[in-house]
Amino acid sequence: MVYIPHTDEERRQMLATIGVERIEELFTDIPEKFRYPDLDLPEPVAELEVLQELQGLAEFNLNANAVPTFLGAGAYRHWVPAVVDAIISRGEFYTAYTPYQPEISQGTLQAIFEYQSLICDLTGMEVANASHYDGATATAEAVVQALNVFRLKRKKVVLAPTVHPLYRAVIHTYTQGMGLEIVGEEDASVSLDDLIAMVDEQTACLILQNPNFLGQLESLAGVADQVHARGKGTLLGVAVNPLSLALFTPPGALGADIVMGEGQPLGLGLNFGGPYLGFYATRTQYVHQMAGRLVGETTDVEGRRAFVLTLTAREQHIRRARATSNICTNQGLMVLAATVYLSALGKQGLRQIAELNYHKAHYAAARIAELEGYEVGTARPFFNEFVVRCPAPVAEVNEHLLDEHEIIGGYDLSQDYPAMENAMLVAVTEMNSRAEIDEFVEALAEFEAEE
Amino acid sequence: MKLDSTVRYTETHEWARPEGDEFVVGISDYAQSELPDVMRVELPDVGDTFTKGEAFGVVETVKAAAEIFVPLSGEVTALNEALEATPELVNQDPYGAGWLIRLKASDPAEWDQLLDGEAYTKVVEAEKAKH
Repeated sequence: MVYIPHTDEERRQMLATIGVERIEELFTDIPEKFRYPDLDLPEPVAELEVLQELQGLAEFNLNANAVPTFLGAGAYRHWVPAVVDAIISRGEFYTAYTPYQPEISQGTLQAIFEYQSLICDLTGMEVANASHYDGATATAEAVVQALNVFRLKRKKVVLAPTVHPLYRAVIHTYTQGMGLEIVGEEDASVSLDDLIAMVDEQTACLILQNPNFLGQLESLAGVADQVHARGKGTLLGVAVNPLSLALFTPPGALGADIVMGEGQPLGLGLNFGGPYLGFYATRTQYVHQMAGRLVGETTDVEGRRAFVLTLTAREQHIRRARATSNICTNQGLMVLAATVYLSALGKQGLRQIAELNYHKAHYAAARIAELEGYEVGTARPFFNEFVVRCPAPVAEVNEHLLDEHEIIGGYDLSQDYPAMENAMLVAVTEMNSRAEIDEFVEALAEFEAEE
Repeated sequence: MKLDSTVRYTETHEWARPEGDEFVVGISDYAQSELPDVMRVELPDVGDTFTKGEAFGVVETVKAAAEIFVPLSGEVTALNEALEATPELVNQDPYGAGWLIRLKASDPAEWDQLLDGEAYTKVVEAEKAKH
């Protein structure tokens, strides 16, 4: 069966229109020997056989939902209630995009409006956009917003070394060629006070993460005031784990100007690393410098509640090169998933999940701290992630965990922080049963004994 | 379309009015009528310098944004700060309370090269004919 609708006659007309006789003439720029390479493919097989072949290959993978997992570092294994997939799979919702004629899709706009409202509640901020791609792009947009607030006249950005390494990489990618001075991230041992001291009147923003990449909670009280005063208006942007906000004071209540982060913990599953969701919230006074789409509530001509895309003059389809950002799209479907997740759990439910994370992580940390050869960094408060100093390189420990116990161990921090030799970032969520944690602890003890 | 006999115009619909040794700058009545319901005006900082024809700000409505260009080269000496809270002044009184910035011109003679009311009316009529 042929799926191409063009007839030979139509093809002939098209070729005549562009002035060539044969389709091959379009490929003359490609050297002949590369034009029709022989592909070394097996004979075609039936769908059933293909499926069996692929399933066989997939079985080489270890299923993160079927084995104990202690890997986090920005992507977490959380429970996703069945209602999330049931709602987002509905035909009315099943698209990743805000519609190009948006106001005709009131349901989609209402869902985004509800999402924005939930994010504002969670972060303690005044206005949230319809989302970015992920935590990394949301964090980079925070830098761009701060630069725009100062009309690109301030060229300095202070970036904590404990902001997720991938987020920092995306900040560098987004801002390359802008002649910025990005400081603070070189020395992993720098303190929050040291970072604040780097803020001056040329500084557009200070970007922190809380809990930071090492799982530690920063002491944010008073930081915003200090940053604003030192830098005469320098913005404070804080990347957060949204789940932690159910337990701890949100940065918005502590004077932060931008609060953003990875929305994956809000009902998205691991999804092989994506699609994820970058949430983003700021103060109303900065709404014109904020990137992304924004849904607003209004009334229609008959006085009924209605939703519109608003302040669209910030966006690139109107403002072209001078738009606040060239990303106007969002993660519509993931936004919906997070909205359903938050709505289904409610305030109490989210707090319960956060408490489970907190208590299980602290149980695991206390047990590991008792082990010979291991040291747990608990000098500072943490949420659901903490650093364990192992008796050997993390790669060796993880290999033992995986090969001998089918346990997925933590993140090897020496990849990003060479000074942090043998340091493993361990994440514990509500998915880790006490039995799993005990098994993990015993496997770590066994590794040390065999050393 | 209202005109103001004390100002001269640009082809991009800004106006400039000499006041003492400075110039007041705004957008024309025709420009504001093309940008109904102005909801925000983005202005430069005092002390910024621009060369004639350079963009110095943006007039925004809910669904559109228009850049505004300086009619003369010079340094910004004052902003209409009332526009921050009441940008609709641009629509209500484009030649008066809806002014945008004051400029200290580096070459005041540039003003003489701007369009008078008659020439500007022709520009607008030609533009309307194109629509």
